[in-house]
Amino acid sequence: MNTSLSILRILPEVILCVTGALIMLVEPFLAPTTSRKSLGWLAVLGVLGALVASLYQYQLAPGTAYFGVFQTDPFSVFFYVLICGIVLASLLIALDSTSDSTSGLGEYFALACFGATGMLLMTSAVELLLVFIGLEISSISTYILAGFRRKSAKGPEAAIKYFLLGSFATAFFLYGIALIFGATGTTAIYDIAAKLGSSQMPLLAVIGLGMILIGLGFKVSAVPFQVWTPDVYEGAPSPVVALMSTAPKAAAFAVLLRILYGALPTLHAHWVPIVWWLAVLSMTVGNLGALRQKNVKRLLAYSSIAHAGYILVAFTALSADGIAAASFYTVSYAAMNVGVFAVVSHVGGFDDRLTLIEDYRGLAWRSPLLGGAMAFFLISLIGIPFTGGFFGKFYVFSAALHSGFIWLAVIGLANSGIAAFYYLRVATAIYSKAPESSPIASVPRATVPLLFALLITVAATLILGIVPGKILGVAKAGAATYPSVNASAPETTAAGR
Amino acid sequence: MLTDSILTLATFVPTAGAIVVALLPRKGKVLQWWTLIVSLITFGLTLHLPAHFAYGQPGYQFEQNHVWVVSPAIRYHLGVDGLSMWLVVLTGFLSVIGVLASWNVIEKRTKEFYFFFLLQQTAMIGVFVALDMFLYYCFWELSLVPMAILIAIFGPERGPKTALKFFCYTFIPSALFLVAILWLYAKTGTFDYVELQRALTTNSALFAPEALWWVALAFLVAFAVKVPVFPLHGWLSDTIYEAPSAMAMVVAGKLGLYSILRFNLGLFPAQSRMFAPLMIALAVIGILYGACVALAQTNLRRLVSYAMLSALSFCVLGIFSFSLAGLNGALYQTLNEGLTGSSFLILVGFLHERYGTYEMSQYGGLAARLPNMATFYVITALALIGLPILNGFVGEFLILSGSFAGHERWVAAATIGVILGAAYMLWMIQRIFYGPQSSFVTNSPAPDLVGREYVALVPIALLMLVMGVASPYWMHAINEGVSSLANSSTQTVTSTAIAEKR
Repeated sequence: MNTSLSILRILPEVILCVTGALIMLVEPFLAPTTSRKSLGWLAVLGVLGALVASLYQYQLAPGTAYFGVFQTDPFSVFFYVLICGIVLASLLIALDSTSDSTSGLGEYFALACFGATGMLLMTSAVELLLVFIGLEISSISTYILAGFRRKSAKGPEAAIKYFLLGSFATAFFLYGIALIFGATGTTAIYDIAAKLGSSQMPLLAVIGLGMILIGLGFKVSAVPFQVWTPDVYEGAPSPVVALMSTAPKAAAFAVLLRILYGALPTLHAHWVPIVWWLAVLSMTVGNLGALRQKNVKRLLAYSSIAHAGYILVAFTALSADGIAAASFYTVSYAAMNVGVFAVVSHVGGFDDRLTLIEDYRGLAWRSPLLGGAMAFFLISLIGIPFTGGFFGKFYVFSAALHSGFIWLAVIGLANSGIAAFYYLRVATAIYSKAPESSPIASVPRATVPLLFALLITVAATLILGIVPGKILGVAKAGAATYPSVNASAPETTAAGR
Repeated sequence: MLTDSILTLATFVPTAGAIVVALLPRKGKVLQWWTLIVSLITFGLTLHLPAHFAYGQPGYQFEQNHVWVVSPAIRYHLGVDGLSMWLVVLTGFLSVIGVLASWNVIEKRTKEFYFFFLLQQTAMIGVFVALDMFLYYCFWELSLVPMAILIAIFGPERGPKTALKFFCYTFIPSALFLVAILWLYAKTGTFDYVELQRALTTNSALFAPEALWWVALAFLVAFAVKVPVFPLHGWLSDTIYEAPSAMAMVVAGKLGLYSILRFNLGLFPAQSRMFAPLMIALAVIGILYGACVALAQTNLRRLVSYAMLSALSFCVLGIFSFSLAGLNGALYQTLNEGLTGSSFLILVGFLHERYGTYEMSQYGGLAARLPNMATFYVITALALIGLPILNGFVGEFLILSGSFAGHERWVAAATIGVILGAAYMLWMIQRIFYGPQSSFVTNSPAPDLVGREYVALVPIALLMLVMGVASPYWMHAINEGVSSLANSSTQTVTSTAIAEKR
């Protein structure tokens, strides 16, 4: 085994780990009154380094490292870059909305780096136990981050709720791994696929599959495992929500793709109907739930449930196009959602002063830039052309239709019609007249980090919507790493759905 | 050289202008002048089309066809034919008029207004020139956004609510329309309109007839909402009332009618025939309903909206008659409606600028004070009624004569709509401009039309006259555009009829 090459394959993780540790080490040496923001910039540098290392990996020959537990391939690189990008933007958002006096800021930035390490591990691991370890690292970091506002009542509540339900879900996930190990005698993802055919106890594997779906369904907040989402999003600080509504989800979707298409493609007759229902329920419950929300963060929580449903639609396609569509949608969702939360966290601040839709009235007149950016992201979330949101939706439903899921496409797109209503409620509020003595006048001016975050997300959303070819190409290269999709696709169109 | 890229230029010059608007200062009339210049350039570019249009040449002209995304196979395919050419020119023309009409009305938030105004021009021209279904859909959806935002900002009473209503009315059917497009793509592997048309006519065995029926229905509903066709007109009245005049001018009519002609008749001739009886009935109901409701209005702006509903229903009637005359008339009337409707809205806007109300009961005897404005009102009203030598007559006559055969009773009923139209228009003129002067008018003196307003109104009035007497100039291209539709629908019908006989 070539050690120097192996190191390269986990270089982004190493950089992030070192950065996180460095922040923890430096922090005690700073005087208590010193601003911790410099540590944030250190974290930004670290994440930038990880991003560059991830981009470098794209030129690396695909292969495994460390006894075959890591795999670098276009698929993993795709998600590496995505996750690093999200973490970068969310750090910038945090730098914007926190103040010098926010307590524990050093830990905040360190935890963000450690969490990112876990998420990266999840996407490149091809060994279920390593996936589990990555999942734990990322989850524990986000549990702590979710409860970061210790002084507010909702902060600890959100953290506890997230932690309890989250640990349950990880337990399910672990149990699923154990059952699959029982059925096949291995936890290496690609070996499972090979051994499943000759397995003595296929039923065990099916139950294991169900457990894994429950565990990951929780992480991506698919219905019926979504109940925690609105409360946690409401209670957690907005910069954290920007991170946890996108990056861990992207990682969880990557794992789900790996497991379903890499390990269990032969069980598709079992999991396609389950995913079909998860998708339909998530889209419908998410959108209907969002209709009645008055709080922007809760509204976006329900919207994120619905978007998880859209991504799950692509899973049913059983084709390379489906995998590419799911990956692509994850990127475009991340871009627009992080963008929305950039504005939300700036308007509301770290302690959520303004969160009601009513509060947003007149934002566009207070700051045309913030209002315009927010409206733009909302329009992308609706799925209006020339934005990433539209192309993602288009691609997902196109993949589903290609595999014969007409009803899934009809339900999904009808859902996106409903969704337009609540996004527009926010967008029109932004552009309507602010009432007298509206608190919107107290929104501070945009800072440099925020401008950078908005620049990244707006540019990504526009590129994904207008010239999606390049990113689509990478997503397809990632999808091509799954040999199963070409072999098992055709006969499974599940007629009659 | 210019001919190669003219459509791209005409489509995206407004967007470039909009980006500059975002950077210009909000000082004096800088934004107005800049937008006017951009609109004039756009209009000039669209005029290139009729100047270089090759009559008698089948297929699309000024085509541009490049790969946009390799897989899925999306192309950047633009082109015009007789069907779309004049609509593009009309859009360019109305954008100039729109700027002039908003010159003083829009005082605050000018930057937002002109930014979205120009974006709207791109979306509308894009709809007319796109020949790739995906590209078309992009422009179609894009056309909702600036409109909705401007309604939300400028709506005098319930802007945000109306914007929501307008958006959802159009967006939800469009979602199903997208399913239909994707389904066609899954079956044929192409979004290109020309290739789709070929696949649908030559390879019809590929498609189950029931499935095609649903697909055609999804298309039709999405377009019918936008026209609007009765009973999908729920958004129209509020939108016209709340939207700024320059946007209300373009919100209804041409986009939807063009799309029905291009896509429903072009791609699904047989299915469109199946829908025809229903659509003709709905059109006639729309004509009568719109006219009756217009008669009952006390608010000038709402009267315009119902007059529009009635007038647009005439176009639908013409389209679904499937006769050459009817189709010609429908497209011609679409252009007419664009002109007269705009003229009407601008005039109403000018009146509101002076007196601050749309309530007709407040007015009376205005002709003595504003004789020139009264003249323009009368000309517009007469054009809308369909007086010979004005443009409305040509369109209405063609539609009614073209659809008479086979639908005698419906057309007879529609003719009543013409009479009702005359009634509400003339009554409106009488209430506002004649009779004793109301105390409200006496107490609030206002000047007659001024220079800028003439610049907006005179070209429209002239066009209404010219289009009434020199219609062949326009008909030439229109006839070429629709004759293929009339043929294709008869051909398919005869072939299915033969198949049924066998």
